[in-house]
Amino acid sequence: MNIHQPRADIAETTLAIVEELKGLEGPLLPILHELQEEFGYVPQECLPVIARELNLSRAEVYGVMTFYHDFREHPAGRHVLKLCRAEACQSMGGDQLAERAKRLLGIDFHETTPDGAVTLEPVYCLGLCSCAPSAMLDGEVHARVDAADLEALVQEARR
Amino acid sequence: MTVKIYIPRDAAAVALGAEKVAKAVAETIAARGLEATIIRNGSRGMHWLEPLVEVETAEGRVAYGPVKARDVGSLLDAGLLDGGDHALCLGKTEEIPFLKQQTRLTFARCGITDPLSLDDYQAHGGLAGLRNAIAMAPEAIVAQVTESGLRGRGGAGFPTGIKWKTVLEAAGTRKYIVCNADEGDSGTFADRMIMEGDPFVLIEGMAIAGIATGATKGFIYTRSEYPHAIAAMAEAIEIARKAGVLGASVLGSGKAFDMEVRTGAGAYVCGEETALLNSLEGKRGIVRAKPPLPAHKGLFDCPTVINNVISLASVPVIMDKGATFYRDFGMGRSRGTIPIQIAGNVKHAGLFETAFGLALGEIIDHIGGGTASGRPVKAVQVGGPLGAYFPRALFDTPFDYEAFAARDGLIGHAGIVVFDDTVDMLHQARFAMEFCAVESCGKCTPCRIGSTRGVEVADKIAAGIEPEKNRELLADLCNTMKFGSLCALGGFTPYPVMSAMTHFPDDFQPAPRVEAAE
Repeated sequence: MNIHQPRADIAETTLAIVEELKGLEGPLLPILHELQEEFGYVPQECLPVIARELNLSRAEVYGVMTFYHDFREHPAGRHVLKLCRAEACQSMGGDQLAERAKRLLGIDFHETTPDGAVTLEPVYCLGLCSCAPSAMLDGEVHARVDAADLEALVQEARR
Repeated sequence: MTVKIYIPRDAAAVALGAEKVAKAVAETIAARGLEATIIRNGSRGMHWLEPLVEVETAEGRVAYGPVKARDVGSLLDAGLLDGGDHALCLGKTEEIPFLKQQTRLTFARCGITDPLSLDDYQAHGGLAGLRNAIAMAPEAIVAQVTESGLRGRGGAGFPTGIKWKTVLEAAGTRKYIVCNADEGDSGTFADRMIMEGDPFVLIEGMAIAGIATGATKGFIYTRSEYPHAIAAMAEAIEIARKAGVLGASVLGSGKAFDMEVRTGAGAYVCGEETALLNSLEGKRGIVRAKPPLPAHKGLFDCPTVINNVISLASVPVIMDKGATFYRDFGMGRSRGTIPIQIAGNVKHAGLFETAFGLALGEIIDHIGGGTASGRPVKAVQVGGPLGAYFPRALFDTPFDYEAFAARDGLIGHAGIVVFDDTVDMLHQARFAMEFCAVESCGKCTPCRIGSTRGVEVADKIAAGIEPEKNRELLADLCNTMKFGSLCALGGFTPYPVMSAMTHFPDDFQPAPRVEAAE
């Protein structure tokens, strides 16, 4: 789910998540994943809490977070549509499908529709290369996506 | 005994509607008062037939596919539960040529068993390798893996046994087994399939590695793009732990080994082993300079075995059936079997495990059945985004590490992406550079800057701006990246670029642009 309410308890929730996971070996990525799962993105307010609890600098935490494509600094739309852009999907018309998706949604990759419904993101391989082109809508995988399938996915996401 | 119906839980099958099929089968069976058990197995690897539904009969399993939810009623009308005939019936699964021609060692159980049933796993030979290993001295296990000729299936092809020996001999109170499941190469899905279809084989392989090297902790580092694999592995680890396969005393041996799954965060470069280790430690996925080797100073500076999923998943059969059994398959210095992943624009796409040595053309034309579009094959990319593009003229190349290297290619993780004659190779070369620019960790200049300049130069060639000079510049840039980069990302990006330019020169000769008349 990607429903975002402004939250007052960010620091508190972050602390609880960090407390729960800081015993792991190399806990930073699991913590960032959990925060994104909780908030839909990694709010700026989380970073000083993580830094303090893990005895890192804020710059280090920020550096890690921004290195990885998965972690968002801002909330995404209510739905996230990921289209595979890698070679196997290209061989089956992935580029044309991507252009079509952009037209249907009126946005480019890494953008969100003005109504906040859909964020369009590229993904480099979902491991569905034998049934290309592939897509992922809110974690659900779809293969051999043709123009009609794409329209159905966009419709679903638009709701 | 109720009839068993198999409907895959593999992500490829799910992406093609397996959940809907499973639901329809369950509902229709209930509505008709029929008796049957639905088992969610892994995939057999024949992805053009997914969702592939199988029914167990007295004569063996009978396959139907590709099945859509709307076919379920008519399938049951036709006597699905007795293997009855239907337009979608493919006959006995084992007799389907694509499957029958394979030699399945690593994927022996994938698609056959219930991936999350440890009993089923053991009934099909599982844990025999680990039991043998427990009774052996660590040196003997390492020797057996070395003798099998197993080489790293992630792409580098480094002998697995040598790596293990280094870690075994390294001093250290804490050692790690890290499984590289960061399968980011386009055209590859073998790691995903084994994790979803037979997760216990990977657990068993890692436990053997732990016992062989004195490591007590394992990590599987996989991709956030693989939610189904993550869930299957996490559940299988929990089951293995409860059954005493993992924990303080592996199968009662008194030797400890446990593991956990970690999820990456969308950085392709973390498939490079040292970047992966940094990522596991909670750092940016920046490549480390070698030496020190991970075997000496790896995760948290401890001696670490870092192996690909398929390398580790091939260990149980080697420990079960012996080094000679395994090394008798293959050719030259490429021993054993390799799960070839046939993908892209191809009719019969899927996973084909076979001994090394099959000719590339045999794989594409006969096993793969040519393109899905019906047009001629123009190029195939072997080994992921860092692999070379081969034209039909090189289709006699045998699938073997050295044979590919001799032709300026690589087999990598054994993924093949097929392209028909509509592909523009200059565009593909540009994409290779663009991908490198997006995914570069930024540590070394040739990769970080070279890839961006590469995109620009490719664009100039496409625009007809001094094409001769820019082709030379692109080749020179590739040379710098190949020899000056710290890791395979920058170092191998020249493979797709140079192979495209060498084998498909026509695509790099765009007609000079004529200034548009206003």
